[in-house]
Amino acid sequence: MIDFDSIDWSDIGQATLDTLAMLSGSLILTVAIGLPLGVVLFLASPGQVWANRVAHLGLSLVVNLLRSVPFIILLIVMIPLTVALVGTSLGVVGAIPPLVVAAAPFFARLVELALREVGRDTIEAVTAMGATTRDLVLRALIPEAMPGILAGITVTAVALVSFTAMAGVVGAGGLGDLAIRFGYQRFQTDVMIVTVVLLLILVQLLQMAGDRLVRHFSRR
Amino acid sequence: MIQFESVAKTFTTGGLPALHDVTLSIAASEIFGVIGRSGAGKSTLVRLINGLERPSSGRVVVDGQDVGAARPADMRALRRRVGMIFQQFGLLSSATVADNMALPLRIAGVPADARKARVADLLDRVGLAAHGHKYPGQLSGGQKQRVGIARAIAGDARILLCDEATSALDPETTRDILSLIADLNRDLGLTIVMITHEMEVVREVCDRVAVLDAGRLVETGPVADIFLRPQAAETRRLLAQAGEGHADHADFPGRVVRLTFEGDAIAQPVLTRVARETGVDLVVLGGHIGRFRQGRYGQLTLGVTGDAEAAVAALATYGAVS
Repeated sequence: MIDFDSIDWSDIGQATLDTLAMLSGSLILTVAIGLPLGVVLFLASPGQVWANRVAHLGLSLVVNLLRSVPFIILLIVMIPLTVALVGTSLGVVGAIPPLVVAAAPFFARLVELALREVGRDTIEAVTAMGATTRDLVLRALIPEAMPGILAGITVTAVALVSFTAMAGVVGAGGLGDLAIRFGYQRFQTDVMIVTVVLLLILVQLLQMAGDRLVRHFSRR
Repeated sequence: MIQFESVAKTFTTGGLPALHDVTLSIAASEIFGVIGRSGAGKSTLVRLINGLERPSSGRVVVDGQDVGAARPADMRALRRRVGMIFQQFGLLSSATVADNMALPLRIAGVPADARKARVADLLDRVGLAAHGHKYPGQLSGGQKQRVGIARAIAGDARILLCDEATSALDPETTRDILSLIADLNRDLGLTIVMITHEMEVVREVCDRVAVLDAGRLVETGPVADIFLRPQAAETRRLLAQAGEGHADHADFPGRVVRLTFEGDAIAQPVLTRVARETGVDLVVLGGHIGRFRQGRYGQLTLGVTGDAEAAVAALATYGAVS
């Protein structure tokens, strides 16, 4: 029977905060790592300034490897590394390293794709001006690919929200974890509904904010 | 200004077409055209000038700098003296017209106030003074190319490379852009290298032209010589395909002659006078009257019935008969 009286709202509040903390922490680090990685992937691809078959293949392989490991496995396999990095493998802090390791390669690919949309003529024109590679990246490639990069950040943020649901395995809490433990395992359908609705609102807000930013930066 | 010394370029993987043993010299302040069908190596040739490609063998010397041997800093310095414009313009769609023009200055480290003044000059120079705040997406093709040109000369370039710069534009806009390019050549003494498959472009603005075929330089010379008196079979084929040469008129029952005339002769009543004096009948089978940068010219294919020898002799007083 569904009655919302039995819900412990402070649990829900804490879970929401945990989800937001995991999301914002891991998203910032994912962008900080994935963006340069995506730029390097692009620059090393055939026909670009650092064109290097071996480097591109090697990086691609690592990126694909990390993308193909199921997150739940990554979460467990990474425990020693997580402890080394942040001192604990538990809680919100313990969940962030695996979240970043899962999301950064995914985001890097999206960045590489966005950069590929920048016209050949544009890249040649900027190179022909006497630009250094740094100028090329900062003044041309990233500004030109900004709408695609922002769309990539949005997709990555939404993916991270669903990854956080599994972070309960390491005791990180969050809305997804609450939905599994109470909603699913204890048959508390009301908790299930509330958490799913909150996740839906979160995803919807992320998507709307992302779309708005993409539109703001689109000049084509 | 620009020398190619036995330059060859080969590519290990696909990409641009190769070049074989190209020797070529382009003088300061001339407008030099490079024609050839697609895949002839025109793009490769022009990209060797600003080091977007490096020669596999031979030397390319631009403004005293050996491009193939240039270290990165020298290469960037050279590129700041060599502007380039593109078929698809290559503008930053995320930056305004003014910011696009300012980009090479920013890269060269020009301070903000000097940059602003220079951009204002450039906007005037290319006739876009009212459009500085717009984004490229809001401009027409011709306006975009004007932005491209302003950006290419922003850093006081000595050389302007044009890679099919008018090929995406309609004929009227093409003429506007070409006259802007000719003005820059006249006012600033810019050396201009234009690669194009459009023969009219070369005819209208170039001083000299080189013909490329399958990566080889088949002919180089003043525009009038190449267009009116092509020596190489490849050049004749190229011109004929572009409608510049003359088709066969084997079905004409009399003698077929070709008359090429330049300068004053263009304004004279050549055909009626020859017909009257020699009593022949003349049929115009093809041809055109046009203009080179250096002057007007005409080229006619005539069918002659009657005393052909007398007609040829009379025609020869006005121009070259073949």
